[in-house]
Amino acid sequence: MALLTETRPESPPETSAPKTERAVPVVSHLFLVGWALLTTLPLVWAVLSSFKSDNEILTDPWSLPSRLRWENWSRAWGEAHIGRYFLNSAVVVTGALVITMLFGAMAAYVLARYRFRGSRIIYFAFTGGMMFPVFLALVPLFFVVRNLGLLGTLPGLALVYAAYSLPFTVFFLTAFFRTLPTSVAEAAMVDGCGHFRLFFRVMLPMARPGLVSVGIFNFLFQWNQYVLPIVLMQGEGAERKWVLAQGLTALAVNEGYRGDFSGLFAGMTIAMLPVLAAYLLFHRQFQSGLAAGQLR
Amino acid sequence: MWGKRLFIAVFLIPPLLLYGIFVVSPYAQAFQISGTNWSGLSPAYEFVGLDNFRRLLDDGYFWTALKHNGLLLVLLPVATIMLGLFFASMISVGGRADRAGVHGVRGSGFYRVVYFFPQVLSVAIIGVLWKEMYAPHTGMINGFLRGIGLDGLAVAWLGDPRFSFWCVLAVLVWMNVGFYVVLFGAAMQSIPRDLYEAALLDGAGRVTTLVRVTVPLLWDTIQVAWVYLAIVAIDGFAVVQIITDGGPGSSSDVVGLRLYKTAFADGQFGYASAIGVAMFFLTLTVAVMFLRVTRRERVEL
Repeated sequence: MALLTETRPESPPETSAPKTERAVPVVSHLFLVGWALLTTLPLVWAVLSSFKSDNEILTDPWSLPSRLRWENWSRAWGEAHIGRYFLNSAVVVTGALVITMLFGAMAAYVLARYRFRGSRIIYFAFTGGMMFPVFLALVPLFFVVRNLGLLGTLPGLALVYAAYSLPFTVFFLTAFFRTLPTSVAEAAMVDGCGHFRLFFRVMLPMARPGLVSVGIFNFLFQWNQYVLPIVLMQGEGAERKWVLAQGLTALAVNEGYRGDFSGLFAGMTIAMLPVLAAYLLFHRQFQSGLAAGQLR
Repeated sequence: MWGKRLFIAVFLIPPLLLYGIFVVSPYAQAFQISGTNWSGLSPAYEFVGLDNFRRLLDDGYFWTALKHNGLLLVLLPVATIMLGLFFASMISVGGRADRAGVHGVRGSGFYRVVYFFPQVLSVAIIGVLWKEMYAPHTGMINGFLRGIGLDGLAVAWLGDPRFSFWCVLAVLVWMNVGFYVVLFGAAMQSIPRDLYEAALLDGAGRVTTLVRVTVPLLWDTIQVAWVYLAIVAIDGFAVVQIITDGGPGSSSDVVGLRLYKTAFADGQFGYASAIGVAMFFLTLTVAVMFLRVTRRERVEL
């Protein structure tokens, strides 16, 4: 209410200000704490539920676990294959990230630092990819990947992730390479440094801050992918190659008839905690990386 | 000279190949496939011209899904941006004001870190989590409602066609607000403090200051936010597919899910591609309309 009374024109600011001013921080905190609870309570609830028995979950969703049932976690990791999906995700994202960063940096460097015919067209071809919804490509992409024999394989998925990360990576790193000073590169060239050495020994280390930002953005983009894996990891035997996002949603569907609620919550917690922990350690880099991605 | 050419070729050809095979060629083929009746099973198909698009015009399911995307397109950015601005301004100017000027609240760093949580979680985790939150018997929401004696309100949220769409919208807002709090908060840092002090000295309250000073100065950032939330709204696939699968009936269906089911459940690849092309033009239309509407004089500092 303090916010509302403040705006009334008839109350002279000189006298009313001190009173309402004192209430402002209190009101701010009320709202801010409210949203903080809304954000964290569901996550805390999932973690707590992962330690409960199915019976406890069924009787009262708000009850606390009577003891820490780590067996839920081991069941989710083993029997529900969350562990395998986790490793698959890690393999795909690691591979994809290496390809993305290497190819992205190579293309961006050439486009930013060399003048040659067609460079602008290539630049726009890369960055134009940001304009198209991925759904438009979904059907043909499925057949392209199938015809290459890469359907339901981890390398296939990694290549697709990398390809769809290139537009933004090239866009961001081209801008970044342009801001780097030319004097160092010129000095190195005078000293007889070749193009390849110049790139790997001089320019890449100089571009490190930009590489870190775009790397974090790409990591989250690829780790959190949903539609690409569910389209591309189909076919016989593909369940063994599923990534975390897919495995978890399949678990949520199966949980319905198996009734293993605690296992589902444990799987969810296992999927959630590593990324949250990494975020808490590097939250500045995460935020700036994502902000950079959004403000393209 | 040859060294330079070789270098350019070696550095450009691998990325271009990767990009051409997996991105450019599927986009190009999508337009071609959308003109066929291809079912994917046999290599045989015929060109049917614009038949798929004519069929789209009479497809009630498509229009229902499109209507939901349209609603999301309006409601998601409005709700998210308003909440984002509200919390961001509370964090950066919601503290006390004294001779030294307006302060942010204590613990602003804590709020910025916590609000960002949903942004780093994968959309699959968020979808599964909220599906469980909404669950009629075991869910946290109904547990809360029963706990405070509102048993009558503890309904099957996702099983009721009246609520399912709004449940999806709530999740989309929940997962996006934090990011825009951080984004707007960062933009507000660059607004000179004395502008707020001058406004407060002139007797403007904090709400007036937010609407009259902050919003115009953040207009560029708000526009960017709008574009990205519009992209989320045109998509919406993952959250819908996980939480409601478009149902009950098609009460929470979206175009992306229509496309996915038409292609990979029904095997109508030609028709699915036509939906994809429609989605592309929808995106394009929104982008053009947006550029027209928001062309507004910039406030220069």
